[in-house]
Amino acid sequence: MAETPMLEMRGITKRFPGVLANDNVDFDVFAGEVHTLLGENGAGKSTLMKILYGMYQADEGEILLNGESVDIPSPTVAIEHNIGMIHQHFMLVDTLTVAENVALGLPSSRGFLTDLDVVSEHIVELGEQYGLEIDPAAEVWQLAVGQKQRVEIIKALYREARLLILDEPTAVLTPQEVDQLFDTLRQLTADGRGLIFISHKLHEVLALSNRITVLRQGRVTGNTTTEGATRHSLAEMMVGREVKLAPDKPEVETGGAALQIRDLEVIGDRGNVMVDGLDLDVHAGEILGIAGVSGNGQRELAETIGGLRQSNRGSITIAGVDTTNKPPIEMRHAGLAYVPEGRMKNGSIGAFTVSENLLLIDHADDQFLSRGLYDFGAIREHCQALVEEFAVKTPTLETPVKSLSGGNIQKLILARELSGTPQVLIASQPTRGVDIGAAEYIHKRLVEQREEGTAILVISEDLDEVFALSDRIAVIYEGQIMGVVDPADATREQLGLMMAGIRPESVAD
Amino acid sequence: MADDRDVTDDVAAEQPSAETPSGGPSELFSDLTGVGRFDWRSNALVPLLAIISALIVGALIIAFGDLDTLKLWGSDPGEAFSQTWTTVKDAYVALFEGAVGGWTPISETLTRAAPLILAGLAVAVGFQAGLFNIGANGQMLIGGMFALVIGFQFSLPGIIHIPLVIAGGLLGGAIWGAIPGYLRAKTGAHEVITTIMLNFIALRLVDYLLTVNYFQLEGRNDPVSKSVAESARYPRLLSADWIPFEFTRIPRVHIGIIIAVITAWVIWWILYRSTIGFEFRAVGANPDGARYAGMNVIWLYVGVMAVAGALAGLGGADQVAGTLGRATPGFVGVIGFDAIALALLGRSHPAGVVAAGLLFGGLAAGGQQMQVAADVGIDIVQVIQALIIMFIAAPALIKAIYRVKAETEAAQLTSGWGT
Repeated sequence: MAETPMLEMRGITKRFPGVLANDNVDFDVFAGEVHTLLGENGAGKSTLMKILYGMYQADEGEILLNGESVDIPSPTVAIEHNIGMIHQHFMLVDTLTVAENVALGLPSSRGFLTDLDVVSEHIVELGEQYGLEIDPAAEVWQLAVGQKQRVEIIKALYREARLLILDEPTAVLTPQEVDQLFDTLRQLTADGRGLIFISHKLHEVLALSNRITVLRQGRVTGNTTTEGATRHSLAEMMVGREVKLAPDKPEVETGGAALQIRDLEVIGDRGNVMVDGLDLDVHAGEILGIAGVSGNGQRELAETIGGLRQSNRGSITIAGVDTTNKPPIEMRHAGLAYVPEGRMKNGSIGAFTVSENLLLIDHADDQFLSRGLYDFGAIREHCQALVEEFAVKTPTLETPVKSLSGGNIQKLILARELSGTPQVLIASQPTRGVDIGAAEYIHKRLVEQREEGTAILVISEDLDEVFALSDRIAVIYEGQIMGVVDPADATREQLGLMMAGIRPESVAD
Repeated sequence: MADDRDVTDDVAAEQPSAETPSGGPSELFSDLTGVGRFDWRSNALVPLLAIISALIVGALIIAFGDLDTLKLWGSDPGEAFSQTWTTVKDAYVALFEGAVGGWTPISETLTRAAPLILAGLAVAVGFQAGLFNIGANGQMLIGGMFALVIGFQFSLPGIIHIPLVIAGGLLGGAIWGAIPGYLRAKTGAHEVITTIMLNFIALRLVDYLLTVNYFQLEGRNDPVSKSVAESARYPRLLSADWIPFEFTRIPRVHIGIIIAVITAWVIWWILYRSTIGFEFRAVGANPDGARYAGMNVIWLYVGVMAVAGALAGLGGADQVAGTLGRATPGFVGVIGFDAIALALLGRSHPAGVVAAGLLFGGLAAGGQQMQVAADVGIDIVQVIQALIIMFIAAPALIKAIYRVKAETEAAQLTSGWGT
């Protein structure tokens, strides 16, 4: 192309002790395009963007902006070069207003005095221009997640960003909000801005990007235009081998309701009702997926079933045993297995070894004891078998779990939870943050467990995962089930509406 | 895109491990106490280097504390150097000889080490369960008082009396330890505050009790307790019938040191070989994980503190029935506070606590000798102990000075840089 790219990163190499985070990476962005950076956890996307934004310094390589070599020692300099970054985790001060957040760190046009009215006016202008309507006087803590993201984008635009880095901007949005965001982003590129889009949701990547660069283990492993790519080809480039994006699901005869939830009400951490009169049945031999936008009561629901949280009202029955507000150990005895959302928070003990974590639930079980003390031979045998069966990659059984990768920790938790014969399995965000290979494996195991006749409740904020696994999909919104649909009949759009709180006309059950 | 629905492409959801909240103790806590640290090379090396560093800094303090020699540096640096060298050398030689230079010094070291080890275990068990037991001193005092009563109240054969005294020490300490555990479990009151307060309460309670007729030695107005019956006294390891050398006074070492070492071994056994120890460590490493696994976290806190208190109480019994034979105001001195330092130095591991206890016992015994033979104040020993802990508390400093490579560091960095 004759045109000079607005950004060119040439031969970027960045080393961390023991790790080559970026290895001779080339990356460029032209004005008016969306260039996606795709890759798994630890592939080096973030490192590359942090180098561009001045948070890290590259060991080798150079950065050219509009054909000129530049040095970016800090984010301040990056902003001066009209680079803006929308972080996945918002960098906003909750107690300040929108206008104050936008003005933060900028000199006032009135010198010593603030010029918030000028800022507000400009915010409104930007909002109208790009479909980012927001009240400049609103305090940030009052805003919904999608609105906070608008503030972040406005902040960057206010600083006249020409090159915008968007780090997983859709992770917290409903499908409708994603569509709105994409409209805004398309307008931004139409105005000649360049966008770097970081995501792992392949269908979004295909919907938005002009070009896609795939990173794996710090290297560029693929470089393609959207026209030339499919989800499978992208996934392959990310992982380096052929991957199965959806598990094969044989027909299974479903049995009675192994998990029954009636009129459940749960209060959240902030004292508000998070689960609001919820009814749900999960049958033996089926996977029921719960779809919904983060923060609509999914976590509270799972924790209540698992005994980590008390309910206010209603009942939970596991395999015929009423376990409402019983201590967690009784749910276990009733036949519950529970893969919690927080892998490191409750699912495992980071400082404990692989064996100790595999024993976490059954640590007092007779099979591991001899005369009241641990029988390390039996433990070793048990753990070795599980590690092998579930393909947990660990140097030894004595390795502390915190030094394993997320995918391997998740496989370890699954190994532990499936080591009994659970009647009911709750899998909360089972593949969040794990690599494609591990996710593929976890999905396979969940489907196999379904064939064993376990009733499985999969809670996921990832619609694709819910679609791929579920026999039925229940959509949760503000602690209520908006409806239960058959994935064969439902569309993304229908689900999106339900996730936004709109009840469907017809409910498939 | 309705036709996409059977395809899962979100299988590579990315969540930085750094942002996944861990319910476990902070890195700082692990660095300080050694709990949850698997790198044995650095776990053994850091304390060793801390001791060496403290001895070096201690030597400098001894050198600069000698004013006459300091003046000499101006006029005759050579002589000043040789005098300084002599002062430091004499002091450390005396310290060393006072600790291990003969039967009597060894006896002193072991006698002083016994209660230190027991109290150190009390703190270490707390650390293992994620609790800061600052109350070893109070637990020792109450345990000691229980042992005292059993010791003077009854007259029994030694074979029964001594175990009863030991049981009394364990019980008294357990009660005093369980109180902050219960308060933590039921009301959330932080154990650091409650154990410190219970130290004061125990200290003054003992002062008061020693003036009460039932406890006070007949015919005395000052607060001294009745003596423990001979049958309740911990037997000495050396006696006039069996002593392998000439003596003027029989060294006073008693079975307390054996009790302490066996106890350390039992605690190791409990921590790493029993289900209850598994639960103690689980609750310490990640209370949320422990709760999820079905453990009763609330009552584990009470249990841990009771066990810790019992260990300290055993240390109190050692003082009353072993070393002193009676109770006097504050009869455990600051052993319960030295115990915190000792648990840190021992990286909260029973074997480490025994080693650290022997070191501190040696420093205490040798310090006496240093004062007498080299005219260097015993306060220097306290300074050295404090320096050791400062170096332990700043492992980064030790690692920087000695260029120790911790394998964990690279691993920690790599988990931080990913997307």
